[in-house]
Amino acid sequence: MARLAAVPDLDAAFLALPLQALTDAALSRASELGCNHADVRIERLLNGHRTFRDHKLESSTDYENLGVSVRVVHAGVWGFAAGIELTPDAAAALVDRAVATARVSRPLTPDTVLLAPEPGYPEAAWVSDYEVNPFDVDESTKQGRMLELCDRLLAAPGVAHTSALLWYVQENKYLANLAGTITTQQRIRVQPQITAVNVGDTGFATMRTLAAPAGRGWEYLTGTGHDFDAEIAELPEHLAAHVAAPSVEAGRYDLVIDPTNLFLTIHESVGHATELDRALGYEAAYAGTSFATFDQLGSLQYGSPVMNVTGDRLVDHGLSTIGYDDEGVAAQQFDIVRRGTLVGFQLNRQMAAANGLDRSNGCAFADSPGSIPMQRMPNVSLQPEPGGPSIEELISAVDGGIYIVGDKSWSIDMQRYNFQFTGQRFFRIEGGKLAGQVKDVAYQATTTDFWRSLEAVGNDSTYVLGGAFNCGKGQPGQTAPVSHGCPAALFREVNVLNTQAEGSAS
Amino acid sequence: MTSALGEHVVSAAELVERALALATLPSVAIVSERTEANLRWANNALTTNGEMRSRTLTVTATAPVEGGTAAGTVTRQVAGPDAVVAAVSAAEDLARSGPPADDAMPLIGGEPATGWDAEAETTSIDVLALLAEGLGSVFERARRQQELLFGYAEHSMTTAYLGTSGGLRRRGVQPAGRLEFNAKTADLAASAWVGAATRDFTDVDIAGLHAELTTRLGWADRKISLPPGRYETLLPPGAVADLMVYLHWMAGARDAEEGRNAFSAGEGKTKIGQEFSELPIRLRSDPYFPHLECLPFVHSSSAPQGVSLAFDGGIDMVGVDWISDGVLRELVRNRGQAARTGLEPTPPADNLIMEGGGTASLAEMIARTERGLLLTCLWYIREVDPERLLLTGLTRDGVYLIEQGHIVGAVNNFRFNESPIELLGRLSEVGAAEQALCREWSDWVNRTVMPPVRVPDFNMSTVSQAS
Repeated sequence: MARLAAVPDLDAAFLALPLQALTDAALSRASELGCNHADVRIERLLNGHRTFRDHKLESSTDYENLGVSVRVVHAGVWGFAAGIELTPDAAAALVDRAVATARVSRPLTPDTVLLAPEPGYPEAAWVSDYEVNPFDVDESTKQGRMLELCDRLLAAPGVAHTSALLWYVQENKYLANLAGTITTQQRIRVQPQITAVNVGDTGFATMRTLAAPAGRGWEYLTGTGHDFDAEIAELPEHLAAHVAAPSVEAGRYDLVIDPTNLFLTIHESVGHATELDRALGYEAAYAGTSFATFDQLGSLQYGSPVMNVTGDRLVDHGLSTIGYDDEGVAAQQFDIVRRGTLVGFQLNRQMAAANGLDRSNGCAFADSPGSIPMQRMPNVSLQPEPGGPSIEELISAVDGGIYIVGDKSWSIDMQRYNFQFTGQRFFRIEGGKLAGQVKDVAYQATTTDFWRSLEAVGNDSTYVLGGAFNCGKGQPGQTAPVSHGCPAALFREVNVLNTQAEGSAS
Repeated sequence: MTSALGEHVVSAAELVERALALATLPSVAIVSERTEANLRWANNALTTNGEMRSRTLTVTATAPVEGGTAAGTVTRQVAGPDAVVAAVSAAEDLARSGPPADDAMPLIGGEPATGWDAEAETTSIDVLALLAEGLGSVFERARRQQELLFGYAEHSMTTAYLGTSGGLRRRGVQPAGRLEFNAKTADLAASAWVGAATRDFTDVDIAGLHAELTTRLGWADRKISLPPGRYETLLPPGAVADLMVYLHWMAGARDAEEGRNAFSAGEGKTKIGQEFSELPIRLRSDPYFPHLECLPFVHSSSAPQGVSLAFDGGIDMVGVDWISDGVLRELVRNRGQAARTGLEPTPPADNLIMEGGGTASLAEMIARTERGLLLTCLWYIREVDPERLLLTGLTRDGVYLIEQGHIVGAVNNFRFNESPIELLGRLSEVGAAEQALCREWSDWVNRTVMPPVRVPDFNMSTVSQAS
């Protein structure tokens, strides 16, 4: 469990900012101006971003974003303003600007904004679960570790080039609102990624590490939570087999999908499809809507009875895990799909109130001090079956099929019906056993057909927490980090394309 | 360094000078002042609005290290002088701790350009005032017509100030704006879209655009189901932009020379000189192209895949023909790779122009179509196979069937799988180029001029139920 109360790791430089003076000034100004609701968020984001090309460092960039924003409900209308000057006067002035934008918006806003109630959390602190802050690690140690892994790949037969990325983030959020909440939070996350490139006589092929971005510190690179040395040792062999593999024959196949691939399918076809703001049309012109409409809550048969999906902001090392969301709602876990039926949507406080629900389930997030909080994804995870099959047992249940490992290309339509995914590597299954790699595989389906074809989910030993740093949504665009846990799973009769046969070649 | 009202008390140019004066290593300092205003609406009502301003300082320091030169880049918001000191020292620490860079080149020097220290230009929500007023009446009309309107308008003004330790000082102002406008029938069964790129919103006629949406929703009165397959297809300029922008993002010279992108011809050679199309296609960037003007110097390190511009800050962006007469002429190359290969650097200006010698409008191309599909947008475009640059994606907000030169109804959406390189070779007609807003990449790109094109056999791979 993440730590509460005792928080020795909270960044001293962040705590040294005039956090309380700013929020006191802003909240008293908001009271003076008669705001129904006001919150003040002071946030600092530190990003370290390193890219590597073959044996060399390609780019080395640090990015810091520090600022303050104020959000008010004034006369029943939202107003928002953000700035970068951290003084009480500037914070109070932001409230005036936020109220001014609320006034401008009133003629075009037919409904009064109401927020679902949430208790105040005075003086709450929360720090994510990590061991070593990457910002405390020597630059030469960090770059050295990445280049050492690249060098090993480049020394292997069949690897002509490598590309690598090391990205790490420290996020500090301080939120205070008129209900008395004051939360101070800190999260650390890291994304290491290495790709090996084979260049042959007729073209090139790539294969990437499967290690997921994680809510962990530098220890992730040194053996905690993932074994990079073992993965790098195996990668050249997998790449060589991929290069030599025959092209898949298009058709319908039973698929055993590894969690390193399935997490992204869950993200796109369940995670985004159960965001209530999409279902209500807020994203209709951009990210899109959802086939899963609010009137189908409790009745839509999303998938087969073995499909159980939860949303949470609690799981250790989850990228969406936090103590309190950007509206001051405490982190929770809730059901989204239970025994195949849609039972829950992701909410913020306004949508909860507007749709007759008692409480938000804590899914508000803003990606920077200058961004407006919007409904963003919690960790959306497919539950394993206790005592269920292992990966080998899932494979043994397939006569002719494909075992898919690692995510690569992804695309899904604006109502989350039609998707198409590829992967890092694909193994032919024949008579319940793996029979070497095939390539040029893309699987394509309609969301509900796909999840209704889910025959079995694996046990706890098959469960992996995958995720992404860069989930995009909203205009102006915001990105959010999110994790998805899932077991390996067996799907029957899924459409598989041969990507070589697509496009011109026919 | 802002007053309580948000006015800066130290100018951006002065911040560049302070950063360079503090620097103990050869450095590039860039201050970017950005103001932005936006409106977003859904279901015939405003959902969010905002006015944002930011001022960031980016310092790239270069340091002699064992075996060569290293670079480190630090970007941060600058609210006070402490931030300048911190950014310079952090960039120098980063550079000193790095291994030598492959692309290392001496930073360029020069002189202060005339007027480089002029005040930043800004925008505000006032730029969108007329639009907001227009939206009020458009929402009312939509309610009467039982339509639902969704959309987004954004205007930004970025003033960049760049200085190098060698004395170069440059300033550039980049206005940018876009309107994305979507209408749906009340039952959500039909959807239409129009988009516009603009520099100042004075040329945006919201009532006219709404009328166009209503016309397009009318085309969907008749619904036609078509199976997957290869169809003669007309792509409007915005859809062509989405495909060509992605092609351009992947067009790095070094990756091609190393055999690791779709522009490689094997054995260290690139496809430069190869014919991509029998039609006289020209694809180029030009910082001085009328209405698409963009900064004529490198001012950020973002560039196509595999191309780092860390050592190239401040160098001239010139017009480059990437393709002309249907033949690939150039790929994107930084100074380091140019020096290695004895070729010219080709940093990519932030616009893209495609022409093919055609003069037909999209309406004329429709009129000359016996049977085919007319698309509105392409969406969720992702790379399936980097070797061929095979892309997948969806059609969105209106696929229309053309018969005997007329639109006869709306067709279901499709997923496509196509390579823009291969498509260039299969175009049967290119129409008259015009300014266009792409859909998929408009968060990053909104300065394109593109033609409508005819593809005799566009690969609609599967059907999407989305409407």
